[in-house]
Amino acid sequence: MKSLEELKKIREESLKKINLRKDRGEGTRIVVGMATCGISAGARPVLMSLLEEADKRNLGDVQVTQTGCIGVCRLEPIFEVYKPGEEKVTYVNMTPEKARKVMAEHIVNGNVVTEYTIGAAE
Amino acid sequence: MNIYRSHVLICGGTGCTSSKSDKLQEKFEKLLVEKELDKEVKVVRTGCFGLCEAGPIIIVYPEGSFYSQVKIDDVEEIIEEHLLKGRIVKRLLFKDAIVEDIVKSVDEVDFYKKQKRIALKNCGVINPEDIDEYIALDGYLALGKALTEMTPEEVIETVKDSGLRGRGGGGFPTGLKWGFTAKAEGNQKYVLCNADEGDPGAFMDRSILEGDPHSVIEAMALAGYAIGSNQGYVYIRAEYPIAVERLQIAINQAREKGLLGKNIFGSDFDFDMEIRLGAGAFVCGEETALIASIEGERGMPRNKPPYPANKGLWQKPTLINNVETYANVAQIILHGADWFKEMGTEKSPGTKVFALGGKINNTGLIEIPMGTTLREVIYEVGGGIPNGKKFKAVQTGGPSGGCITSESLDTPIDFDSLTSIGSMMGSGGMIVMDEDDCMVDIARFFLDFTVEESCGKCPPCRIGTKRMLEILEKITSGKGEPEDLDRLERLAENIKVSSLCGLGQTAPNPVLSTLKHFRHEYEAHVNEKRCPFPHLRINSI
Repeated sequence: MKSLEELKKIREESLKKINLRKDRGEGTRIVVGMATCGISAGARPVLMSLLEEADKRNLGDVQVTQTGCIGVCRLEPIFEVYKPGEEKVTYVNMTPEKARKVMAEHIVNGNVVTEYTIGAAE
Repeated sequence: MNIYRSHVLICGGTGCTSSKSDKLQEKFEKLLVEKELDKEVKVVRTGCFGLCEAGPIIIVYPEGSFYSQVKIDDVEEIIEEHLLKGRIVKRLLFKDAIVEDIVKSVDEVDFYKKQKRIALKNCGVINPEDIDEYIALDGYLALGKALTEMTPEEVIETVKDSGLRGRGGGGFPTGLKWGFTAKAEGNQKYVLCNADEGDPGAFMDRSILEGDPHSVIEAMALAGYAIGSNQGYVYIRAEYPIAVERLQIAINQAREKGLLGKNIFGSDFDFDMEIRLGAGAFVCGEETALIASIEGERGMPRNKPPYPANKGLWQKPTLINNVETYANVAQIILHGADWFKEMGTEKSPGTKVFALGGKINNTGLIEIPMGTTLREVIYEVGGGIPNGKKFKAVQTGGPSGGCITSESLDTPIDFDSLTSIGSMMGSGGMIVMDEDDCMVDIARFFLDFTVEESCGKCPPCRIGTKRMLEILEKITSGKGEPEDLDRLERLAENIKVSSLCGLGQTAPNPVLSTLKHFRHEYEAHVNEKRCPFPHLRINSI
């Protein structure tokens, strides 16, 4: 260890790895439907793309987690975005590409991608 | 680098390991690979979560679900239900983690609410075998700050100002000790860590080393910088295999990262350390005996002065602190003396780790701010006495301490208050007795321990405690006479004032304090020629 900066760099890198165990519930939560319906419709690649994107963009306070059947199986893969102090947004018929777009526009920039939401699909 | 969506924390402390948490880990890892979840879910083996009673413990993040007494056959259900489908397996949750069907996360459980974790900050949070996780939570930042921004004098001043007192039991101001050793003259100085925790029922230091070994390494390096030493030794008993192994891994990782070795943080400060194994003799927790043992001599104490600060290891100035004391140091340097003083009481700032044992619901490891009352510890954190029994007494300070009765339960815990009610802080063992426990037998148990552990150097301790034990055994086996109580008391007072070291000086305490508070129980034994309590004698706690 040659300098404080070197230590701080390791600290930042490592913090991302264990952030999950701290600061619970303060950041954005993305919940992916991972029941049989979701998984067979391709929820797993969607979940993986969300994780990769969160990593790439250093989104340490974003939690990607899973849940059971959300109820509208025909619109799977579905995920829901909970931002503190905002209404829940439900995205449907997701693909890894669409998920990445939501990550960029909604999670980072704060603009809901209306065309992918359940409201647009109905 | 891969970011995982879920972390499965499995307790790897000695308690949970003995209930096979290592097998749980293997099963988790195997099944996660089979179900192709190993890229999404990370399994981490941590130090002690504290609630050893409920082990083996598993905590699943991000939810913070607190699973207790998990069996091998439960692993598949946790993976299928929780990790795959996101449904918490309620039947496996710790009883206080689910109230009226509402699931609480681990930090909302009553056991943790009154606790304040400084020494145990990372215990049960990080993987102790991964230095990066320690660094992530501000690890080695205090060392970096000291080496780049502070003089050794400033480090000592900060420790002094914090009011930190030795957590091994003595309660001596740590900063003063550092100051003495810094001022002592000598071309070579040493930093020692006393990890020879030996009280029956105590496992604070063991758990710190198992759960967060880097906190001790960092503090010893800080101490080395403060007093001008480049070499440290941790004296730890060989009967703590997990702690020894993790400490060695941690030392190796610190060396690889250049946090031990030459020119740390680009400064001209060098520091390295080694482990020295002890054979598990209680007396080696006494500092001069510990030093003799490291030197390869028989572990026996000597008269003080000279104190180790002037003539310690190989006759060189030596700083010796206990594991828990060190575990506070980096936090103090990082956050400042005032931050530390905000917690605890005026004369005993900060927190104290206790090992709760005996007749108490939540057997385990706790850390509370000084000033918390015994009642809060036993009834709130500890969850009270099992099976609806009545509280009788609590023994603090182990075989050197005394028992505290229900009249003193509202005493705020700190070094001075416990001494004033006839016990002592000790290293942190806390053994609770209920109405069925025979106090004479408790005293006999502790004395049996000290007789066994007396090194034999000085006669009052070697012969005196043996005679006391004989009288006690006479009483517990129904052959006691009324004069025995006075004999016992006189002998105890003599041993206290004439023994060479702390072991002998405190060995009579359990007898004296039970005689004081429960003389009627001794008298019942003597008058009725039998033990008035239903159970058989205890051989272990």
